Amino acid sequence: MLEQVRDKVRHGKRLDREEGRWLLAEAPLLEAGALAGEARFARRPERVVTFVIDTNPNYTNVCITDCQFCAFYRKPGDPEAWTLTVDEVLAKIELAASRGVTTVLLQGGHNPALPLDYYLALVRETRRRFPQVTPHFFTASEIRTMAQVAGIGYEDVLDRLWEAGQRTIPGGGAEVLSERVRTRIEPKKGGPEAWLSVHRAAHRRGFKSTATMMYGHVEQVDDLLDHLDAVRTLQDEHGGFTAFVPWSFKPGNTLLEKWIKRYKGPSAYLRMLAVSRLYLDNFPHIQASWFSEGKQAGQVALHFGADDWGGTLFEENVHRAADYVNTISVEEIVTLIREAGFTPAQRTTEYDILQTYQ
Amino acid sequence: MRFMDARLEPIWKRVHAGARLGREDALTLFETDDLLGVGRLADHVKSRREGDRVYFVINRHITPTNLCVLSCSFCGFARKRGEAGAYEHTIEDMVGMVKDDMREVHIVGGHHPDWPFEYYERMIAAIHAARPEVQIKAFTAAEIDYFWRRWKLEPVEALTRLKAAGLQSMPGGGAEIFSPRLARLLKYTGKADPDRWCEIHGLAHGLGIRTNATMLYGHVETPAERVDHMLRLRAQQDASGGFQTFVPLAYQTAATKLVPRQTPPADSLRTIAVGRLLLDNFPHVEAYWVTLGEETASIALHFGADDVNGTLEDERIQHLSGAVTPAGLAREQLFRMIRDAGKVPVERDALYNVVQVYA
Repeated sequence: MLEQVRDKVRHGKRLDREEGRWLLAEAPLLEAGALAGEARFARRPERVVTFVIDTNPNYTNVCITDCQFCAFYRKPGDPEAWTLTVDEVLAKIELAASRGVTTVLLQGGHNPALPLDYYLALVRETRRRFPQVTPHFFTASEIRTMAQVAGIGYEDVLDRLWEAGQRTIPGGGAEVLSERVRTRIEPKKGGPEAWLSVHRAAHRRGFKSTATMMYGHVEQVDDLLDHLDAVRTLQDEHGGFTAFVPWSFKPGNTLLEKWIKRYKGPSAYLRMLAVSRLYLDNFPHIQASWFSEGKQAGQVALHFGADDWGGTLFEENVHRAADYVNTISVEEIVTLIREAGFTPAQRTTEYDILQTYQ
Repeated sequence: MRFMDARLEPIWKRVHAGARLGREDALTLFETDDLLGVGRLADHVKSRREGDRVYFVINRHITPTNLCVLSCSFCGFARKRGEAGAYEHTIEDMVGMVKDDMREVHIVGGHHPDWPFEYYERMIAAIHAARPEVQIKAFTAAEIDYFWRRWKLEPVEALTRLKAAGLQSMPGGGAEIFSPRLARLLKYTGKADPDRWCEIHGLAHGLGIRTNATMLYGHVETPAERVDHMLRLRAQQDASGGFQTFVPLAYQTAATKLVPRQTPPADSLRTIAVGRLLLDNFPHVEAYWVTLGEETASIALHFGADDVNGTLEDERIQHLSGAVTPAGLAREQLFRMIRDAGKVPVERDALYNVVQVYA
């Protein structure tokens, strides 16, 4: 099978499900990694690894969706529930902009008390007051919540966000795009199509987005293959995905913690990255998640097919709620990428290079 | 096997045929951008020798004292008499530290200004008498050499008497990097030099005492100095044959600042892999989790390492130098490090007798 996969990779042919299964379940890790490295350099020959100066604030922790893997949310009325005003969010963005942030990845719970105008004001005011910042706001399930609250279609919400100045959408909330898994861990969030349809409509409208995957809980190999097939097929339609970003589930303080004690280790992560690079032949970028997997695994990941380091994540609250905390500075990112043997380059939300650190 | 760097092809031919690699090969392995190519070569050798097995030991470290007459630049552990934090354990204290469930006790300490050799001899005898089932791995070649420098006790006599008292093997520390340039630069000229270090290990092997060999890397040494260090160890192993494990030690930067940061994981993975490839006469290569961290140690099991050392209930030397890994990693955590990598944990004793395979 190794010869077969290598041959296909070298000739730029698409891997099929059986080959994907072999890579996920059986291939020697370093063989998969080495092939992913070849695929990475075939797509991007320069030894450049990009990163973004970004932050991940949240506007509310109120949520009615009760996902079992989430330690961040509180139900409406909970004493620990909070929602920021538009001005409070903009104050966070102002602080971030003063630190050089170019991407603000803003997400929140599914809070039925917030009207569509709240979201539109966030986009519009961010564009108006901080033109250097890209509002990378609202995952697919938040867009669905906005549509339900406003009583309009999610396509209409996308139109309104576009008119307010939004051009990119973050890829969170995909978890594992398999009916079985989503029914088990997030029954109120809908099946794979709930996520895919929003991204499809967004790409059709001209938005760019990322695709994520959170593995390491109840999924099996076939669920992961379902996920990879789904995003690869959607990418064939409009080419709207910029990057694929897998990370491991962190069980701390979640309902799943009873069954899953610890997140999957670095070998599983490196394999996931390598398989992503090989299987998702139509994705321009594969992102190494130093934040969720640790800086050491992040550095090693650059040899397993990843070509992007993710961001500074100056503020992050979702992993933090699961007692998982990690911080970094731009200077450290540059050092870590260089140490791994690559040239660091700062990028925008849409992966245009702003500055190369020779 | 195919490689991104064609220079690895002839090396693969030699590795595949079981032929020995040379100095130029090793330098190429340090130089190439094809990190995973180097790892795949080492993984091939490791798998050929050990399959999916990865060894660990239930052990603890005892550091009898941190008083040391030396002042090596890379050490954050040593203290002078009267300095804050200086300590000296009694033999009774040390006997109390050893428990029945341990398979190995690892004893390494400072070069104490005036403890007589007989103190060390009594220490080994007392621990052995109290816990005869626990194997004693004690004293680096640097310490054995110090018994000669301080008390004019010939190494062969010191080793013979320690063996009679219950010593079963020797750790591989004190080798640092075999380089006169670095010995001067980093102020370890007061320590057994490479000839003496190798001589003492050779004597130990002749007496039936098996030993390990370390290499302190990731500070100001060059790749060529690493390669020459390994080649020296290989030549000694050809001559005396008693080395069990090669243990590359990543220099810890927190207390002493020879370099601003610990060497990155890719360098550690590469160093372990080159060790596995070059030291064809060493049975084992270790990913010492205390200096590497758990993540990198686990990944290293794909890069030629077949051992993660042990549970290490007390690891003072690396910790005072700033290693961030939690001391006393429990057996469960070692299992996880090994199983995360898809390998089979094998509990061993100090001499690599298999205690239990955890399939």
